[in-house]
Amino acid sequence: MARPAQPISAQATYGSGLRKLTIAAAALMLLALTMVFFWVPNDADQGFLQKIFYIHVPLAIISLCGFVAGGVLAIFHLRTGDRRWDMRSYVAIHLSLVFAVGTLITGSIWARGSWGHWWVWSEPTLVSFLIVFLLYATYQPLRFAIEDPERQARYASVFAITCGAFVPLNFLAVRLSTQYLHPRVLGETSNLPWKFALTFYVSLLAMTVLFVALWKFEMTAKQTRAQVRTLRRLLTEDRSDFVPASGRSAAPRPDAPLTPAPTTPGSAGRVHPPAPAPALTRTSPR
Amino acid sequence: MPGLPFHTAGPYVFAAYIVFFTLVVVYVAIMAVRLTRVQREVVALTELARQQQMDETPPTP
Amino acid sequence: MSAPTPAAPPAPGQTTTPGQPLSGPAAAAVTAPPGILATVGALLRKELRVELRTLESVPGMSLFAVTTFVVFHFALNQSSVDGDLASGILWVTLLFAAMLGVNRLFVADAEQGGFDGFLLAPVDRSALFLAKAAALLIYLLVLEVVAVPAFALLLLLPPLHQALPDLLLVLLLADIGIAVIGTLIAAMTVRTRARDLLGPLLALPLLVPVIIGGARATSPLFALTHAGGSPARWLGTLGLYDLVFGLIAYAVFDFLLEE
Repeated sequence: MARPAQPISAQATYGSGLRKLTIAAAALMLLALTMVFFWVPNDADQGFLQKIFYIHVPLAIISLCGFVAGGVLAIFHLRTGDRRWDMRSYVAIHLSLVFAVGTLITGSIWARGSWGHWWVWSEPTLVSFLIVFLLYATYQPLRFAIEDPERQARYASVFAITCGAFVPLNFLAVRLSTQYLHPRVLGETSNLPWKFALTFYVSLLAMTVLFVALWKFEMTAKQTRAQVRTLRRLLTEDRSDFVPASGRSAAPRPDAPLTPAPTTPGSAGRVHPPAPAPALTRTSPR
Repeated sequence: MPGLPFHTAGPYVFAAYIVFFTLVVVYVAIMAVRLTRVQREVVALTELARQQQMDETPPTP
Repeated sequence: MSAPTPAAPPAPGQTTTPGQPLSGPAAAAVTAPPGILATVGALLRKELRVELRTLESVPGMSLFAVTTFVVFHFALNQSSVDGDLASGILWVTLLFAAMLGVNRLFVADAEQGGFDGFLLAPVDRSALFLAKAAALLIYLLVLEVVAVPAFALLLLLPPLHQALPDLLLVLLLADIGIAVIGTLIAAMTVRTRARDLLGPLLALPLLVPVIIGGARATSPLFALTHAGGSPARWLGTLGLYDLVFGLIAYAVFDFLLEE
């Protein structure tokens, strides 16, 4: 039977710094919300509605950085062949997608409040985010469509790198195409009065720490599931009647064997059709 | 463009923050569901390990 | 089908049975592996030869484009268009016809073992990317030779000839971008399930900057009062896109071929 990848249990666990991180995230969020609603004055132009700025823009910035970070982590995966990098990349992209949805919804609410329309094509941030969202929404279907876990990880990394480079280019192109049509609807982040700027940066910091905390949270959960799967494999090596709890998913499995092990029905805990791998000797990873 | 008065703008601002909060809470809920599933599996595996241990120890005469 | 390595003459001093060419690993050991340009040339020739014999991509793409123009006529209820509308119709049609070509790009290789054959050859793997992208570029250019006159005939109101040099430049720049991204995405999706759906789904958002640049650049070319050439800004955007994604696709393509 093929040797599984480097045992996860021998590595440092992700959960070690998690508690402090979540406490920090909660505290910063609380501070940011207090500043937004009790300290910073209303904007002269947009009034109370402007306060959406402090949740919408940090969501946008962190989401974009998360996508680019996903691409960078994918580069490490392709260079080292260590599938843990792929897991990190997957979680970063997955979280950034959630934050992107948040950006789109809060931006839409802001547009509705400012202009009366739920969607405006003249706001380059919103438009860029729509494109980026549509793009990264295909990331998980792509993973799900490839059954061999090693190939899935590789192809997903190629996709993550390409899309990570795409994000800034896309912003540039969309910004250029809307520049001369309308003034910015949803507000600038430069030339803010100091109270606004401070509140903004605190919100941004809170969002960053929240993202990292959620990232660590999900990594810990995935690592735990991987360890449980290893445990199950160790315990059920000679039993073919153990029914697995979970089915196939699009998430990366760093503990999955590098070449599909010859499976008996029901073992290895996966509802998995026979692997269609061609009969080539596997070249060593770069 | 004129700033909306509080009573008109208020609902929008709170809706935006509530959306953010909901996203985080839904995320935590999904993680919680996965955690319960993992826990169920750990319980099953523990039972299995205990059974195997009992099978291996020779029965006392 | 095996990848074509150029026939190797025996090196000086190497004894061989007269009349019998070296084959297999012996040939590789005797001569240096062909340079990347030679490999690209060989692969490209093979691609074009296969396409000329089977005619499975380009005629379909061209027919699709012309049919789409007809569909647009009925859908928009317009007999002639100009400016932004004309620009948009042309680019949408070209883009979706290109998606058809992208879907078919690696299908033959995947189904008939061409990937395996290529991997066994002692050549630079990036050559496959360059050759396929060049082939797709050629298909797109041939598509446009059919589609653009058809467009001018069926739907376009202002005359085409004064805008032609600018139009050709814009089309070329955009086609390079479409070819690069199309080849990368085609390689990524050819061995997945639901490849025909996933391919365009991945490629279209990635190609939005090309659409932005292309449509904005051709819009003044199709204006009723011929306003002048394409703004340099959009040509610059297209060029930057081609450069960035050309480099990235060239760098990551190898990882799609490992097995």
